[in-house]
Amino acid sequence: MSQHAIKINAVHKNFGTLHALKGVDLTIEPGEFFALLGPNGAGKSTLINILAGLITPTSGSASVMGFDVVHQYQQARQLLGVVPQELVFDPFFNVREMLRFQAGYFGRGRENDAWIDEILEGLGLTDKAHTNMRKLSGGMKRRALIAQALAHKPPVIVLDEPTAGVDVELRQMLWEFIKKLNRDGHTIILTTHYLEEAEALCSRVGMMKQGEIVALDSTANLLNKFSGKRLHLTLGNVILPVNIQPLVRHHEQGIYTFALSDMTQIEDVLSALRSANIKVLDMQLSEADLEDVFMSLVGKSS
Amino acid sequence: MSGLKLSNPVTVSAFRGPWTLLKKELLRFWRVAFQTIAAPVITALLYLLIFSHVLESHVQVYDGVPYTAFLIPGLIMMSVLQNAFANSSSSLIQSKVMGNLVFVLLTPLTHLQFFLAFLIAAIIRGMVVGLCIYLVAMWFVELHVANLWMIIAFALLGSALLGTFGIIAGIWADRFDQMAAFQNFIIMPLSFLSGVFYSIHSLPPFWQKVSQLNPFFYMIDGFRYGFFGKGDVSPLVSLSIVGASFLVLALITLKMLKSGYKLRS
Repeated sequence: MSQHAIKINAVHKNFGTLHALKGVDLTIEPGEFFALLGPNGAGKSTLINILAGLITPTSGSASVMGFDVVHQYQQARQLLGVVPQELVFDPFFNVREMLRFQAGYFGRGRENDAWIDEILEGLGLTDKAHTNMRKLSGGMKRRALIAQALAHKPPVIVLDEPTAGVDVELRQMLWEFIKKLNRDGHTIILTTHYLEEAEALCSRVGMMKQGEIVALDSTANLLNKFSGKRLHLTLGNVILPVNIQPLVRHHEQGIYTFALSDMTQIEDVLSALRSANIKVLDMQLSEADLEDVFMSLVGKSS
Repeated sequence: MSGLKLSNPVTVSAFRGPWTLLKKELLRFWRVAFQTIAAPVITALLYLLIFSHVLESHVQVYDGVPYTAFLIPGLIMMSVLQNAFANSSSSLIQSKVMGNLVFVLLTPLTHLQFFLAFLIAAIIRGMVVGLCIYLVAMWFVELHVANLWMIIAFALLGSALLGTFGIIAGIWADRFDQMAAFQNFIIMPLSFLSGVFYSIHSLPPFWQKVSQLNPFFYMIDGFRYGFFGKGDVSPLVSLSIVGASFLVLALITLKMLKSGYKLRS
């Protein structure tokens, strides 16, 4: 039996005429902290829903810890915890009841209570354990949603945009919590729109575009491939000299971002601008980050 | 956060999953018992008060059976059926619209376990409502029980049939208005035209034939047979029709759940 945490093999998914996934192959090893990036409609959620058994692939196969998500769905789901993207909750019950029910669906009873207490503590929900889900704030509901996915102590955890719409403080707290889960041996798969989140947390990154994986590598390798400096110049509405136009990576509201392979190119850009009588209104220099990689591969901002 | 360490999975019980879902479904209606139990009991008692007051001295359906006594089993069974349907259908449509059905869909529960949990919860809700109406109605008129087993068999099979139909409706409907259409255009007409308030022998021959196409008629008539030892058709015929209808609907429901119709894509 394969020991891959996740193995996705040539998965296609059609919704009518829409080809949502076009032969996705992906392997994630146990203990990895993996980020799945891509713009809306790239197929990230479809892929996650296939792992979760909410969507059946048109062709291809997917497995969790070696168990096929279609033919061995009971074992596969036992090993997988999924945090849905939408802030959904059951209004009839309080937080502890919901967690007990969730663990119970997976066959776990009172012996699991100590684990539930740990999750509640880890997510700062202990004092809300007896509060009805309906009465929780948005941030607390988000924590409860994560707690529900962990209630049966799954070794593989998928978080679909867990920090969408949460404030900075809660985001930091969730980051720390998820990092702790990973250190304790859980495999983490994270989809996110926050590229700095993927850069800060994940050891490996997959980027999706229009149903395909367009980049798959360690975060460090991806950054190295796109290494160099980024020169951000505020120039206003101008026409750039032709010789420096190929260096432009991004242009928005008079701010031009140039991708430079070495520092000597700064002078090349500036002298070209001087020759064209273009005035530099502001200037900043930065390192390449995952957003640059993302922009290059996916072609537009998330 | 001291011990989030990943350990080997503990032994999990195959029985606990469906039991948990059943327990959650039971708690769900128990938490709002005022709406799910007290309200239908009050409604049935209002029917009883009004119809028995108006018709008691004018109508006698069976020899030696006062109209109020005739009415009570019909009202009990109608409430059992309507509440069994309401339990499974409203739970599913609420979970779908709220989005929290995903928490059940992500679990290892099989389609059969899912079906049984919703079915048994619907049967229990129907039975509890029926029992409450019976206990309160005893204040008004003494009811003789001719065949307790028939009463239990029809209450069980009838609530199972409507509970199953509720699951189908809950899976099919995407919005509350679609569910209301199910209630208003199928459940209500079938239950009111099933002989709750009258014997079909009092109808013209054509409408008697039409009534015989209504599965609710057999459930009401068979249930009433358990009290009076007489009915419009043989209780065994009624039991066979209700049992067969349940089996057909159960198979359709299991097929829908297995295929993931409207639940998984």
